[in-house]
Amino acid sequence: MATDDPPFAMQPPRLLWQTATIDAIALQTPRVKSFFFDLAQPFAFHAGQHVDVRLTAPDGYQAQRSYSIASAPATTGVIELAIERLDDGEVSPFFHDVAAVGDNIELRGPIGGHFVWSVPQGGPLLLCGGGSGVVPLMSMLRERAAQRATLPTVLLYSARTWEELIFRDELLALHARNDGFELALALTRESARRERDYARRVDAAMLEDVLARIDGTARHVFVCGANPFVEAATAALLQTGLGAALIRTERYGQ
Amino acid sequence: MVTRGFSGRPRPQGGEGRVPPGQSLTDDFPVLSAGPTPHIAEADWTFTLKVGPKPIARWNWAEFNALPQTTLTRDIHCVTKWSKLDTRWRGVAIDDLLAAAGVDAPTDYALAHSFDGYSTNVPTADLVGGKAMIALAYDDAPLAAEHGGPARLLVPHLYFWKSAKWINALQFTRRDEAGFWELRGYHIHGDPWREQRFSGD
Repeated sequence: MATDDPPFAMQPPRLLWQTATIDAIALQTPRVKSFFFDLAQPFAFHAGQHVDVRLTAPDGYQAQRSYSIASAPATTGVIELAIERLDDGEVSPFFHDVAAVGDNIELRGPIGGHFVWSVPQGGPLLLCGGGSGVVPLMSMLRERAAQRATLPTVLLYSARTWEELIFRDELLALHARNDGFELALALTRESARRERDYARRVDAAMLEDVLARIDGTARHVFVCGANPFVEAATAALLQTGLGAALIRTERYGQ
Repeated sequence: MVTRGFSGRPRPQGGEGRVPPGQSLTDDFPVLSAGPTPHIAEADWTFTLKVGPKPIARWNWAEFNALPQTTLTRDIHCVTKWSKLDTRWRGVAIDDLLAAAGVDAPTDYALAHSFDGYSTNVPTADLVGGKAMIALAYDDAPLAAEHGGPARLLVPHLYFWKSAKWINALQFTRRDEAGFWELRGYHIHGDPWREQRFSGD
């Protein structure tokens, strides 16, 4: 963040709640499900933005949570939210255990004008995600692919195990297109499965190695995950000599 | 609209009347910021009071810590939906800062500026009268970098993005000038009790 911030996305002048219908549900990992929402009032958005979801109990009690949009802006009318089940949560267990296709859910968006990327902003692009922090980065990668952009891009994605990599098969398929997208996986509780992947937590040496895959530099850097992951990854990025102003973060509690 | 099959958590106990709409209580202290955490050495730290473009007072770390300090225990509310009760802060009240500079509140609005380029706007009425401080300590310990240390603005009755981390200047302005998040769609005032999350709320 700095005075020479790249252009940022505007929100609508007013964010209105709307009713969205769950169109489909897909199991992504043992702990993550994707929910596809059919919007009554479709909106334009930028990759990286999120929506607020609001649940209402019969006594009027309401709970709200923010979820990043996983689908690409190029896909219209339906948005995908990938929701991780937090056992002590209030909203995510509802989605995992109760919500069904055909249910109506209130949401509003798009929200967030900082952690956003669109193809005209260009690259090279370094994306760094931990766990479900990959979700808004997936929207960026899907948008890049949908627009047939070829700008140098690398995703460093850290998860505990191979099984817990959200969108794993799709990411491997995107990598196989050989269109300038590089995928680097870092597993923290298993050995690496692919050549050039890692079996440790993110560190500066790993980030230097990953940056070398896009010729050693990045113009836009997006880091998303639980706060300890983001703190560690951004500290390591600064160690590689990248300027703080290039690095945008999105964090969640834990 | 009632959501089919949703009953929610047991309603907050002890927090009755203290949790604004759409918020949930947490015992943690989540960290949210738009970029990497800056680590600012006390030797490099300064704080400037400005009226428009003109600096009217400036303190280094030692000078600032010699100003009168007060403690505040307040509930805080983050626009990302968490609230935390009875948080304990120590720092320099904005009233005492103005007194040390020898001025009354010069204009009706202010912009807080931070070391990392962040800014946020707050009406002067929300800063004076014991409502706000430049916080130097949380829970009797120096403020950690990821929570905004060495010093952050504390305006506990507004959503917490108004409590700028890593503050290095308070600038009084004639108009209410939108800051970082306010330019990006967040509410110009941010009162959690009126649920002023986004522009138009």
